[in-house]
Amino acid sequence: MNNPQRSLRFVPTKVIWLFAVSVILQIIWHFRGTSPEIHIQPLNPPPSVELLRVLSLGDTVVSAKILMLWLQSFDSQRGHFLSYKQLNYIALQAWLEHLLQLDPHSQYPLFAASHLYSNVSDSVKQRQILEFVYQQFFADPHHRWPWLAQAAVLAKHRLKDLPLALKYAQAIANHATSSMPLWAQEMQVFILEELGELEQARLIIGGMLVSGQVTDPSEIKFLNDKLQQLEKKAGEVNK
Amino acid sequence: MAIQQIFTLAAYVVVEAFRTRFFAIIVTLLALGLGLTRFVGQVAIIETQAVQSSWLAAFLRLSAMYMVSLFVITSLVREFHDHSIYLWLSLPMRRSSYFLGKSVGFALVAGMTALLFGVVLLSYAPIVPVGLWTFSLWCELLIVTTMSVLCALTFHQTIGAFSVVLGFYILARSINAMQLMTQGPLLQNAHSWSDHLISESVTWLAKLLPHLEHFTQSEWLVYQTGSLENLVFVLMQTAIYVMLLSAMSLFDLYRKNL
Repeated sequence: MNNPQRSLRFVPTKVIWLFAVSVILQIIWHFRGTSPEIHIQPLNPPPSVELLRVLSLGDTVVSAKILMLWLQSFDSQRGHFLSYKQLNYIALQAWLEHLLQLDPHSQYPLFAASHLYSNVSDSVKQRQILEFVYQQFFADPHHRWPWLAQAAVLAKHRLKDLPLALKYAQAIANHATSSMPLWAQEMQVFILEELGELEQARLIIGGMLVSGQVTDPSEIKFLNDKLQQLEKKAGEVNK
Repeated sequence: MAIQQIFTLAAYVVVEAFRTRFFAIIVTLLALGLGLTRFVGQVAIIETQAVQSSWLAAFLRLSAMYMVSLFVITSLVREFHDHSIYLWLSLPMRRSSYFLGKSVGFALVAGMTALLFGVVLLSYAPIVPVGLWTFSLWCELLIVTTMSVLCALTFHQTIGAFSVVLGFYILARSINAMQLMTQGPLLQNAHSWSDHLISESVTWLAKLLPHLEHFTQSEWLVYQTGSLENLVFVLMQTAIYVMLLSAMSLFDLYRKNL
């Protein structure tokens, strides 16, 4: 078979020079002047869900996953890291809500809300994002309870807001399923104890033991011990 | 005799795919897709496999559509330009046999592409959802292939034909969402004739286009939500639409003064 290409010597020297000079010019052009100015882009509100659906070309799961990764890395722009405090949390919530609408099975947006964006050093924004987790929990309590449990922990320890933590813990307990671990349902007992609501805490433990939902012997023993401890504590308070 | 002619033509199409290094590009795209998937996996904190499988599936689907459509169009346009179509039709062969032979060949190439992509996805999802996804991709490619044949026969040039196929694909994939938009409160409460016209046009387009948005869903791989119902829908829609496009292509081919 003949070689389809002729030898290099057939290429005129001028063409080789033109090629070399062009490459050098391109490299010089790249390093020209000062480095480009860095403009940090603010997080704008998302387009409508309907438009996102059209742009997804019928595969909303992929769009949701790609947009989630984009949103997650939004705080890192051109090598500069934004603090979460600089993010617009109203827009952020709208994005997360849209992503959940595009892919309702995904846990990623709520994970990001409860584990990443809740680490903001601004209590107003922290409360906003925890409230978002709380609102979204009711759409699918069976799968979304871990994120609300995390929100309850943050409300209790980071915000030191026990009534808020109790609200979240009670929501989990009220929507408890058999697949949910017992500790998630017991969270409200410990918060009630810290709030001094010993009678209510006792009632809840008693209710759990009577209902028969607790079958593990070590769990039953733990709850009985806790009940006795609460009764003793209540007795001391009443004296 | 006609059957033999059809299979001979189909075999030539497959040989052409190998000789034009179609499958070499497919393998290159696979490697590129896998590399990008690895990168995406590094970025994701949770649901890594779900993110990877959905991303790879979308990348492979679009790559398959792009490659198969371009292959079909360039193959047919070349036949018009080097006049080999005249040679074929000068033989004792019906035009329908020519069309069927070419279509079967393109369907085989599409099938091999879908199968290759499906095998790669097995490392990210179980076999049953991947099987459904692969079959659905093949059906989607069959519709795209038949549409490409129709456009190549009509336009005789690559840019025009590919642009129409691309427009058709984007519309067929998003028409359902567009229809939902027109049924939203914004357009429903609008009373101008232009709003009404847009709404009616979208409704009519939705009736005429295949519902490709129900095909080859990443959701099947990520959440294993695919069912027999999905399979039947894909199969029926493909059968109906391939039949419709084939009838249009044959109509055009028989009318051509070749």
